[in-house]
Amino acid sequence: MNKILLIIEREYLTRVKKKSFIIMTFLSPLIFAAMMVVPAWLGSQEDTKEKIIIVDDASGKYVSALTNTQYIKYQQLTELQNTKNKQELAKEFDALLVIENDLLNQEPNIQLYSDGQITMDVTENIKNNLNNHLRQLKLKSFNIEGLDSKIEEINNLHVNIKTVRLDEDGSEKQSSAEFAIFIGMASALLIYMIMIIYGTQVMRGVIEEKTNRIVEVMISSVKPFQLMMGKIIGIGLVALTQFFLWIILTIGVVATVQTAFSSTNDKAEITQTIDGQQISSPLQVSKAQNVEASFNKIITILKDANLPLILGMFLFYFIGGYLIYSALFAAIGSAIDNETETQQFVMPVLLPLILSIYVAMAVFRNPHGDIAFWFSMIPLTSPVVMMSRIPYDVDTWEILLSMFILTASFVFFTWFAARVYRTGILMYGKKVSYKEIWKWFIQAGK
Amino acid sequence: MNLLEASGVVKKYANHLALDNLNIQIPNNQIFGLLGPNGAGKTTFIRIINHITMPDSGTILFNGRPLNSEDIYRIGYLPEERGLYKKMKVGEQAMYLARLKGMTKQDAYKRLKFWFEKFEIGAWWDKKVEELSKGMQQKIQFIVTVLHEPELLIFDEPFSGFDPINANILKQEILELKQKGSTIIFSTHNMSSVEELCDNICLINKSKSVLTGKVDEVKQSFKNNEVMIEFTGDDQLFKSKLTGNHQLISLDKSHGGFTAKIKMDREDTNQLISLLLPDFSIRSFQEILPNMDEVFIKAVEKSNNNQ
Repeated sequence: MNKILLIIEREYLTRVKKKSFIIMTFLSPLIFAAMMVVPAWLGSQEDTKEKIIIVDDASGKYVSALTNTQYIKYQQLTELQNTKNKQELAKEFDALLVIENDLLNQEPNIQLYSDGQITMDVTENIKNNLNNHLRQLKLKSFNIEGLDSKIEEINNLHVNIKTVRLDEDGSEKQSSAEFAIFIGMASALLIYMIMIIYGTQVMRGVIEEKTNRIVEVMISSVKPFQLMMGKIIGIGLVALTQFFLWIILTIGVVATVQTAFSSTNDKAEITQTIDGQQISSPLQVSKAQNVEASFNKIITILKDANLPLILGMFLFYFIGGYLIYSALFAAIGSAIDNETETQQFVMPVLLPLILSIYVAMAVFRNPHGDIAFWFSMIPLTSPVVMMSRIPYDVDTWEILLSMFILTASFVFFTWFAARVYRTGILMYGKKVSYKEIWKWFIQAGK
Repeated sequence: MNLLEASGVVKKYANHLALDNLNIQIPNNQIFGLLGPNGAGKTTFIRIINHITMPDSGTILFNGRPLNSEDIYRIGYLPEERGLYKKMKVGEQAMYLARLKGMTKQDAYKRLKFWFEKFEIGAWWDKKVEELSKGMQQKIQFIVTVLHEPELLIFDEPFSGFDPINANILKQEILELKQKGSTIIFSTHNMSSVEELCDNICLINKSKSVLTGKVDEVKQSFKNNEVMIEFTGDDQLFKSKLTGNHQLISLDKSHGGFTAKIKMDREDTNQLISLLLPDFSIRSFQEILPNMDEVFIKAVEKSNNNQ
């Protein structure tokens, strides 16, 4: 037992001390955080350069509809400027907007000229302004009584669907389908990624020992099984270490970035409401309330989603899945001499893993269907598929059965891998076939 | 007293018989040469001793009782296919391997320091293994093999990768280990080192032991009854003196006399000497023993022909 600890220690320390591990561990949270923060930040970034759009409105009815924003200013064409040609005007100002006809009764004919590229912000702003204006004009033209209050009524109509989960004891709990999908997919993907990354590391470690010819030195001191399990457990601990550091660091980075940017975000919120499409002001107030409400909702769902269960399940399926796959990868590594030969053996092992991620993506449509059920029982796919189902309240007996099958097959796969490994690590220069591996397996029993 | 006794050891692999009813006795505190052509089954036997593989049948006694898995602490094994973790530092790696052999941290450190100083390689401690040459790595491997002072040492081709100077240092170390009381199994194709080092040998050919015994006795049993005589006198007379019983193989001039190689029809040196003594002055008379290379080839050929 003492020896297996020594092996675990070596496998763990040499990997944790590697530069690539340190870089990956500290860089990835930055990337994760960037993936969350950057889109939001980019969304809040506006072109802060003031642009003056000169408007040549033949009918003169629409210039008033174009309201200035913080950065986009509209000016009506003066008599003096009218003498200049389009080119000169487009050069002098940021852009020239030409409205040539009566937009309401004829096919609208509007052009925007500029000597450079016009940003989306500008064209969107013009479009929104004119569309709103035209809609109102159209409505007015019907001569409906009490129009304004009717419009307001219409605008206040919003549909919100509240998803309520009825528990068996009759209590109602708010649930959020989106959130369940997110949690399920995120944990399924993480397990999938970690199994591939660290499973192949186990395989590489075994191949390294073979090509370095250290393996015979090692197994004159320790049992092949100890060597294999030491490697698998050591690398598994590296994975867990990295995983927890990622979580902690990502939370840390996101938190710092959020506080640093919170002031800018507030500003962005304001400008958004100003140039938004809302016409009536009461709605703006309710929007702010909405934000707060939805924030509270997320927190209650988070509290409600039984995070300890999800985290516990995640750990279990991560460990179980990792042990099964890494045992298989160790057996593959023992059978071959160098990494270029791995392909034909790695593909069959990866197939169930890839299949399981497809099933996991389909699960949220029908989390309790037959496919979801069976794939969360099969040990090679259950870690990924079951994780994606957990947020949908899977029956306890299903979870227990799946866990039992996973544990039992972990024992079986390790036993199988150990037998192949024992013979494989001492075989050199042989082109290995499945038949050969099967022979090793049978023979190891004698 | 034998340190290791193998009797009736059989090991089958899927498509061939690696060891066929092998019996070997390895006496205590001797250097035992395990010889044989490639693929004869030497490595399989060594692996069985090291508990790496199990025999299908037969028993192995270590110190008079059945060999068990705890005994690997008392065995040091330098395999032919040997290597080190390339990315690890030399000292770290040596400590790791020593502790896997059951040594405590302090013990391992103390003895490693001793050996590193003895081999004058203390400066390598913090180097990565990949920075060392093959010969340097072999030295580290040797140290790690003997570090836990095992009763039984197994060296499989220990000299491969060494230059003559270092090979000589290694030979001295092996002899010193024997003096300190270790029993050594020595597997090699280098017959001159067998002659230099080994007390006993066992030759395995095609999964069977075909020749065992003390090195001197083995050589005796393979001798051709050839002698070498240095003499002065008339060489024509010398030729005519040798009757049909004795066959002259060569006759060369040397140092004002002659050197003759003679094959006798039977082992009777006295008769030959008394035949020559009256007419020639004999400077030296020496029995020619075959070297181990010849013994090896003859024994293997003989066993191949017997099959």
